[in-house]
Amino acid sequence: MTDSSEDRTAVPSQSAAAGSAAAPTEAAPERDAFLQVRDLKVHFPTDDGLVKSVDGLTFSLEKGKTLGIVGESGSGKSVTSLAVMGLHRASRQQRSKVRMSGEIRLDGKELVSADPDEVRRLRGRRMAMIFQDPLSALHPFYSVGSQIVEAYRVHNDVDKKTARKRAIEMLDRVGIPQPDKRVDDHPHQFSGGMRQRAMIAMALVNNPELLIADEPTTALDVTVQAQILDLIRDLQKEFGSAVIIITHDLGVVAELADDLLVMYGGRCIERGPAEKVFYEPQHPYTWGLLGSMPRIDRDQTERLIPVKGSPPSLINVPSGCAFNPRCPYADVPKDNLTRTVRPELREAGGGHYSACHMAPEERQRIWTEEIAPKL
Amino acid sequence: MTETTDDPNNKIPLQKAPDTRPGPAADAEPLLKVRGLVRHFPITKGLLKRQVGAVQAVDGIDFDVRPGETLGVVGESGCGKSTMGRLITRLDEPTGGSIEFQGTDITHLSTGKLRPMRRDVQMIFQDPYGSLNPRHTIGGIVSTPFRLQGVEPEGGVKKEVQRLLELVGLSPEHYNRYPHEFSGGQRQRIGIARALALKPKLVVADEPVSALDVSIQAQVVNLMDDLQEELGLTYVIIAHDLSVIRHVSDRIAVMYLGKIVELADRTELYENPMHPYTKALLSAVPVPDPKRRTQRDRILLKGDVPSPINPPSGCRFRTRCWKATEVCTTTEPPLVALRTGHQVACHHPENAGEPAAAGTKAPDGQASSDQ
Repeated sequence: MTDSSEDRTAVPSQSAAAGSAAAPTEAAPERDAFLQVRDLKVHFPTDDGLVKSVDGLTFSLEKGKTLGIVGESGSGKSVTSLAVMGLHRASRQQRSKVRMSGEIRLDGKELVSADPDEVRRLRGRRMAMIFQDPLSALHPFYSVGSQIVEAYRVHNDVDKKTARKRAIEMLDRVGIPQPDKRVDDHPHQFSGGMRQRAMIAMALVNNPELLIADEPTTALDVTVQAQILDLIRDLQKEFGSAVIIITHDLGVVAELADDLLVMYGGRCIERGPAEKVFYEPQHPYTWGLLGSMPRIDRDQTERLIPVKGSPPSLINVPSGCAFNPRCPYADVPKDNLTRTVRPELREAGGGHYSACHMAPEERQRIWTEEIAPKL
Repeated sequence: MTETTDDPNNKIPLQKAPDTRPGPAADAEPLLKVRGLVRHFPITKGLLKRQVGAVQAVDGIDFDVRPGETLGVVGESGCGKSTMGRLITRLDEPTGGSIEFQGTDITHLSTGKLRPMRRDVQMIFQDPYGSLNPRHTIGGIVSTPFRLQGVEPEGGVKKEVQRLLELVGLSPEHYNRYPHEFSGGQRQRIGIARALALKPKLVVADEPVSALDVSIQAQVVNLMDDLQEELGLTYVIIAHDLSVIRHVSDRIAVMYLGKIVELADRTELYENPMHPYTKALLSAVPVPDPKRRTQRDRILLKGDVPSPINPPSGCRFRTRCWKATEVCTTTEPPLVALRTGHQVACHHPENAGEPAAAGTKAPDGQASSDQ
């Protein structure tokens, strides 16, 4: 927010191929958003070719809001979160293995081009992350308490005693029973749910303004998952942080997210307020996801409607719309458009964007007549 | 899944032998009958391997599997559902109880004696990466059952394997490829083709789709559905995902700490859960419907599942149950039918009196609050 006078007016530099029509292509994110990601690209050169894990991603997130990023494995959701945290470039060795471009602004501060040391000072203090597998994210040799203490003392000039008190306080806050005793336990003495709580305690010890949770409940049982999701929600209310929750489970995002971003093949194919995306999805891939999902809240006897084929290779992303080989409607737009021109994100109103060549009216018709009745 | 033979004479009649298989649900006799099944894994200590305790993975369960049905088994990690799957396929030997397959007691049969039965009972595994040998071709993997059983299918092994590959939606040309050339969903199809090679009657699938992406998961669920219809298969599907279980099963068994706590028809179980654990489990599943998050009354269970080494006395769920009373500590509730086709093991069942209407609404007990 401090340096907002900068050239934020610049139009996002995506190829202006298709979106010349009335609807503005990919409007610039709100100026004062707490987190702004614009045209982020994360590419990894490998022996087999360039892996375009994230290829032009734009979104923004306000404090106190939760953004859900959904997608299948290999859609680039985890790479996005690591990029925001600066973890692809933490060491010199890593830096040679990744090509990053675009903009990530945390409270106005640009992170992609920033000095890794500077990013390190933000990481853990202003932004923190919860990982999927708490057993491998916690160090097995050190006690849970000492790992939280370390996270606290890296950013705060306090003595060990104060930090320990803080660690106990955090463990208590995330619901670990007898925190003053458990603080000296090692990760293997904790159950899966408690480890995840401990990791949340570690992430929140410095009251970060941005919290990224990458599949925070995938390794957990449903009853524990419910506890952890409630915990994340409560803590967010308490601290007012911005939260990004990354998951493949549409149920989890429906519980938590205000906004939703659907990724496919390293790009965003649809984003908008959660209710819009759930009730009026605009992209055939989102329809596919909804149709593939067995529902617990319905006695469904109909067959599931899967998406045919499998997710694309990130080395040879299909030309045009990355979803075209799997899309049942690929031939609807004229002139083979889906296979030659990459669709831009276009707004359908109310901050709801989608990237599809089909006319919005056509998609509206398909959704209400063909898809929705079968779900 | 089949052990290599140590007895070369142990040949089985050809597959073309008269097929006595009954049609799905043709007779009332259950295909699989499990009574008092127990599996304790001993914990030993010291040089002499003195037994100091046991992990009571499966601790006395009874159920039947009827021909042509799909029995879903659901529960959290550590509840013993996978051990149960390994026991009924006899990949592991029970500590106690009995398993009857088509009227034959297979509880303690030796490897050799089991071999004929292995043709009829097959397993689909969770991990499509770990369950296929990376050094064997797909043709080799899918034809292994024929080799092990000494079966010569009509038209030759290769032709039959290619037919199977087509059946599960792969191309017959994949015969000479290796597992690493396939995606997770395709690998799972290969595992299914292998399981179906010998035309089994019972297929036990342990988390068949949990390693797959949503869009692929739906493909495999549909495939298993189609194959059941086409081949008259009986499934036991073990999974932790309650949405998948609801979609695939006819009847569902809910397990908790080595016991079946509730066993009922699908609709009955989801509309009218009677065991508090089932109710809590169902209420905990996140529903992909943002509007419902505010209306739902979620029952939050306290703490974690207790250790199966030292399960609580009486009812095993009592430590986390909001309805627990004195009797729950002292007496273990038996699994009894409180309604037709609905068995529950609870002293204070939910929805016991009223008709099917309650659904997944608020609990009448006081929900344990978040910690």
